Amino acid sequence: MTEQTFIACHECDLLQHLKSPPPGGSARCPRCGAVLHRSKRDSLNRTLALSLAGLILFAVANAFPFLAFEMQGQVTQTRLFTGVSDLYQQGMWGLAALVLLTTIIVPAVQLTLMLYILVPLKFGRAPQHLAGVLRLLHNLTPWGMMEVFMLGILVSVVKLAGMATIVPGLALWAFGLLIFVLAAAAAALDPHLIWEKVRYAS
Amino acid sequence: MKPWPPSAARQSLISCLSCELLSKAPANLDDHLRMRCPRCGATLHARKPNSLARTWALVIAAFIFYIPANVLPIMTVTSLGKTQSDTIMSGVAYLLLHGMWPLALLIFFASVVVPLLKLVILVYLLISVQLRSRWRPRDRTRLYRITEAVGRWSMVDIYVVTILVALVHLGNLATIRAEVGAVFFGAVVVITIFAALTFDPRLIWDRLEQPHE
Repeated sequence: MTEQTFIACHECDLLQHLKSPPPGGSARCPRCGAVLHRSKRDSLNRTLALSLAGLILFAVANAFPFLAFEMQGQVTQTRLFTGVSDLYQQGMWGLAALVLLTTIIVPAVQLTLMLYILVPLKFGRAPQHLAGVLRLLHNLTPWGMMEVFMLGILVSVVKLAGMATIVPGLALWAFGLLIFVLAAAAAALDPHLIWEKVRYAS
Repeated sequence: MKPWPPSAARQSLISCLSCELLSKAPANLDDHLRMRCPRCGATLHARKPNSLARTWALVIAAFIFYIPANVLPIMTVTSLGKTQSDTIMSGVAYLLLHGMWPLALLIFFASVVVPLLKLVILVYLLISVQLRSRWRPRDRTRLYRITEAVGRWSMVDIYVVTILVALVHLGNLATIRAEVGAVFFGAVVVITIFAALTFDPRLIWDRLEQPHE
């Protein structure tokens, strides 16, 4: 079982014996200080619950307007997707694609894939293509930027506050909660635990 | 400094960057031979391929785009016939003038300081690796880690423009349009994220394992 007890640090390539940290603790590389493994309490159940909550909040955040802007009796409402389609209509398709990817597509795919993995595992089965899906999730991590978008909303509100009346919508609250739920889901996930369930291709 | 055992690569072991499984490297491993991780199917490389050259290319591209991103306007506000274009810096100045200095500071850091700092740090890491520096590898790895984590926050200005464009279109009363500066800025953010991904921090440590001359 050398492949489970020996690992190489992903930041400095030091070959080392991976000692399993106590629940809630983490193992660091003694040479460069990189976090090698964080052990989570009740990882599977917590990640599953948080991903499910995340998907519901994500649907609400997308379906309802998150801000309304009122100026001299005229009102505009904004959904998550409105910004993308407006940028596209102004000929900024590159920006539209970037915003669409980082705030809608990537988070949606991440949440869906998490559930695709976790629901069968919860019932003791390994889903098909588990390894490929885990790899995709790993590669998507840098591109989901919901928390940055939330900061963008706050900045926009403060900027416009002097100019007109800003009315927060239902989606804004869903959004605020979603940020914490996504962060908690990412923190509850123990990839090592799931990788151990992957059967070798060869 | 206490001598460390040799790295995995020196012992002909390749670590999968996706699932961290160790695999035995074949004796005649060359760049053209694609080896896949037996567990997750990711392509295996002892080190990220062409890491230095690719990171240099991305860093230089980002530096070039950084100029129009800051010089060209990122959005135009049309209100009651008056048109005003804003660059990143004039947006910061506007916030400062209106007493919103915490916000001005936030935007200044996220949009101006972070991308530039990220590029400067990557250039420093690239040069230090190429000069085979042995100086404070642990701190240099930490610098890399910060660069990797902080870059995404630069996107905040792109999102602000998106939200303002979506909210403020009231015809003649007030309309906001996105401008090309925002495109260049978005490109800078995306390119620097790719640059941080292509840089291989293990190169910092490889230089320490080569014997003293």
